[in-house]
Amino acid sequence: MSRVKQVNENQCQMCMPLGGVVAVKGVENAMPLVHGSQGCSTYMRLTNVEHYNEPLDIASSALNEKQTIYGGEASLRKALDNVIRVYRPKVIGVLTTCLAETIGEDVERIVEAYVKDRNIKDIDIIPVSTPSYGGSHTEGFWAATKEMIAYYARPAEKHAGINVIIPHVSTADIREIKRILGLMGIEYTLMPDYSMTLDRPYEERYHKVPPGGTRTPDISRMTGARATIQFGLTCPDELSPGLFLQQEYGVPLISLPLPIGLENTDRFLEALKMLGGRPMPEALALERGWLLDAMADSHKHNAEGRPVVYGEPELVYAFASMCAENGAVPVVIATGTRNGRLIARLKLLLAEADEPPTLLEEADFASILEAAAKMSANVAVGHSGGKLLTERLGIPVVRVGFPIHDRMGGQRILSVGYAGSLAFLDRFTNALLEKKLATYRQSKKEELLIKEEG
Amino acid sequence: MDAYCSQPVQEALIDERQSSIVTKGKSKGHISCTSDSIAGAVSQRACVYCGARVVLNPVTDAAHLVHGPIGCAAYTWDIRGSLSSGPEMYRNSFSTDLGERDVIFGGERKLAACIDEIVAMHRPPAIFVYSTCVIGVIGDDIGSVCREASQRHGIDVIPVESTGFRSGNKIIGYRAAADALLKLIQPGEEAVKPTRKVNFLGEYNLGGEKWVVERYMRDIGVEVNVAFTGDSTVARLKQAPRACLNLVQCTGSMHYVARRMEEAFGIPYIDVNFFGADNTAESLRKIAEFYGEDAKNRAEALIGREMARIGPSLRKYREKLAGKRAAIYVGGAFKASAIIRQMKELGMEVVLTGTQTGKKEEYEKLDGMLSDGAVIIDDANPAEIEMFLREKKVDVMVGGVKERFLAYKLGVGFVDHNHDRKECLAGFDGAVNFAREIYRTACSPVWKHVKKGVKP
Repeated sequence: MSRVKQVNENQCQMCMPLGGVVAVKGVENAMPLVHGSQGCSTYMRLTNVEHYNEPLDIASSALNEKQTIYGGEASLRKALDNVIRVYRPKVIGVLTTCLAETIGEDVERIVEAYVKDRNIKDIDIIPVSTPSYGGSHTEGFWAATKEMIAYYARPAEKHAGINVIIPHVSTADIREIKRILGLMGIEYTLMPDYSMTLDRPYEERYHKVPPGGTRTPDISRMTGARATIQFGLTCPDELSPGLFLQQEYGVPLISLPLPIGLENTDRFLEALKMLGGRPMPEALALERGWLLDAMADSHKHNAEGRPVVYGEPELVYAFASMCAENGAVPVVIATGTRNGRLIARLKLLLAEADEPPTLLEEADFASILEAAAKMSANVAVGHSGGKLLTERLGIPVVRVGFPIHDRMGGQRILSVGYAGSLAFLDRFTNALLEKKLATYRQSKKEELLIKEEG
Repeated sequence: MDAYCSQPVQEALIDERQSSIVTKGKSKGHISCTSDSIAGAVSQRACVYCGARVVLNPVTDAAHLVHGPIGCAAYTWDIRGSLSSGPEMYRNSFSTDLGERDVIFGGERKLAACIDEIVAMHRPPAIFVYSTCVIGVIGDDIGSVCREASQRHGIDVIPVESTGFRSGNKIIGYRAAADALLKLIQPGEEAVKPTRKVNFLGEYNLGGEKWVVERYMRDIGVEVNVAFTGDSTVARLKQAPRACLNLVQCTGSMHYVARRMEEAFGIPYIDVNFFGADNTAESLRKIAEFYGEDAKNRAEALIGREMARIGPSLRKYREKLAGKRAAIYVGGAFKASAIIRQMKELGMEVVLTGTQTGKKEEYEKLDGMLSDGAVIIDDANPAEIEMFLREKKVDVMVGGVKERFLAYKLGVGFVDHNHDRKECLAGFDGAVNFAREIYRTACSPVWKHVKKGVKP
């Protein structure tokens, strides 16, 4: 169900260009430029910096009052000049804001004219429409990913490799997905790959534009791939990069849930086997076995869990199904954005649940807290925005997703694959145990002892 | 060329920015400042709305409603480290969450509905309604929506004219917030009864700093009426006209309010600064001067006692930190000068300093505090900060979140001195906390390891 109130109290989502920025950072030598007020890019830097614990430069066209009235072309051109001079990128993703869209900036034309006037040959400038009122950072991420793929798409020779298109997961998750692909002996192009650009080891040289990211010639060859695996059950059709490749270039699209939990990871590996991968290597078989063993070890603890799962649709679906698979059937599932697909999928997934869960789209934390209290939730899975669940209701939050700004290492949180699922499961079970062991003596006393008449 | 460089240094600089960077003893002429940020320069500045939000957000029992698309509210939810002695309303972030249809057809009706919902759910004594970029463009009349809502509910619903694109300079936003506060404290029909209390302007109670200063005040027999806006409530703010003196701490945000209050209510104001032991002592003497002999004696006793108490700790840190090279990049020049002074007390050399919102005369003052060769930057960007951190061989930097990890990547220690810090850095104990923070980062064992661990 949607929010019945008009006012949004304590936001569960951020705005579109932020997701676009993260996706742009997933392409090699790319620099994001936000066309709007100075403030937007500064906020997006702050949010990303606090989560990734890395410097992250985002340029802005810094529109002021005059340009808002007369148009921002001169500002955008100057911004491009300066970004090229200081950062020397090979790719610039120009993301719009609500301001630029509302004043009707024709960014495509401005960029076209700029490329022609400046005789730009070796820098790709890619405009992406991301008005804040058009959706949340989730939609911005998909939109930018699709636009960048569309920009580079060319008819290509058929090849044996596959495409892997990911939603907004942690950099550790990306590295784990790549490791599994490597173990299965599959050639692939993963997009957008910000695993090294937003999470760099300490090194002697500091790079303004960090090395890493999907290479643009590889993006061009995505059109010739044997198939696309897209972890995007909830991805809207009009923003779907995988659907674009299927409709325009005939690359078969395999939509999968994120490989979080046993069943979802099994599905990923089955797909890889079907696409020419080798049988499951020993290393992965062991990891699967350890996960199964852990599921058995902790199932009775997990059965006491009444989780609230919230955040971006694709992650919410994967974590909700993993909780359910471990007998901790979610009692509240919420996303800040409007996503009918998520709700439909969840209804299927949890059709058998003893207690039908409360499903919220366009949720804010006021409605999530209210539902959590009503459903007697005792654990939560999601990003730092859920801190009020702990502060006000005493519900521990197992932190996953984005943003994580009140704990260290949001970029290193691993939840995908058998190994990642096991890591998540332990965090989840231990959150339940920590709360229970800290409170059960007192709560039993309150529950069972007859109060002496004072 | 330095082996660490990702490119020749002069390339990293934009020609137009050169006049905003001066080197003491070398540069001729004035620093260029107070202009809008240059497109594409990756300024560290935010927007007008951000400036307004950080000034007003600490009002603890007011509801803060951001009129615009979701982002502006989401990015600034609970953005302040300001503490409250009671109400927690200020830690919620309300947004009208405008969608495409609202932008096309106007958002006034939705705004009115949101105000009604907030009143029905929370009954706050006041609601601040912030305008954002889109509102400035589509021309919603938030003034009249607020006026009508005020009458409907019998509470203060105050518009804050903080449309983001007006400037990348937070100062404009501080002004918007100041106007909203002045509207809030405008007395009604009843006559203002003066008291012997002080207001404390530009104090946001980060890490409990207002409470620290309040304790000193009580010690010298002075009562704090209300702070603007740390740990304030709507009712306390309305009592502001009854003070006999305004103390102004954060000049960027509050000088204007002090001047207006002097015109309207005849309340004089003095500049104070509680960052650093010497600044704290001077400020206490200034305040005591106003209150007369008894307060002066008590202030001297307090200063003597506190200085003796923290002396050994400060000396211990000074021994460790003497000769270290520091960089400062903060929002306003007021804070920069306070930090420079503290650094010097600790025997450190400030080799780079800059602000987002400094004015020409403020930069002249900073210049006077530094030694030859020190670099001063207005509206710096990461490329410039990176270049000078290297060039000036900086050991420790004081700044905001966005600079923190750049410093770390370059092996430079870092101290947060921003709007959302959790540490108390004011007063005598704050001076020790600050020194300890610098020591912990500048002298951390990790730098030895990370530098050794990197293969050439």
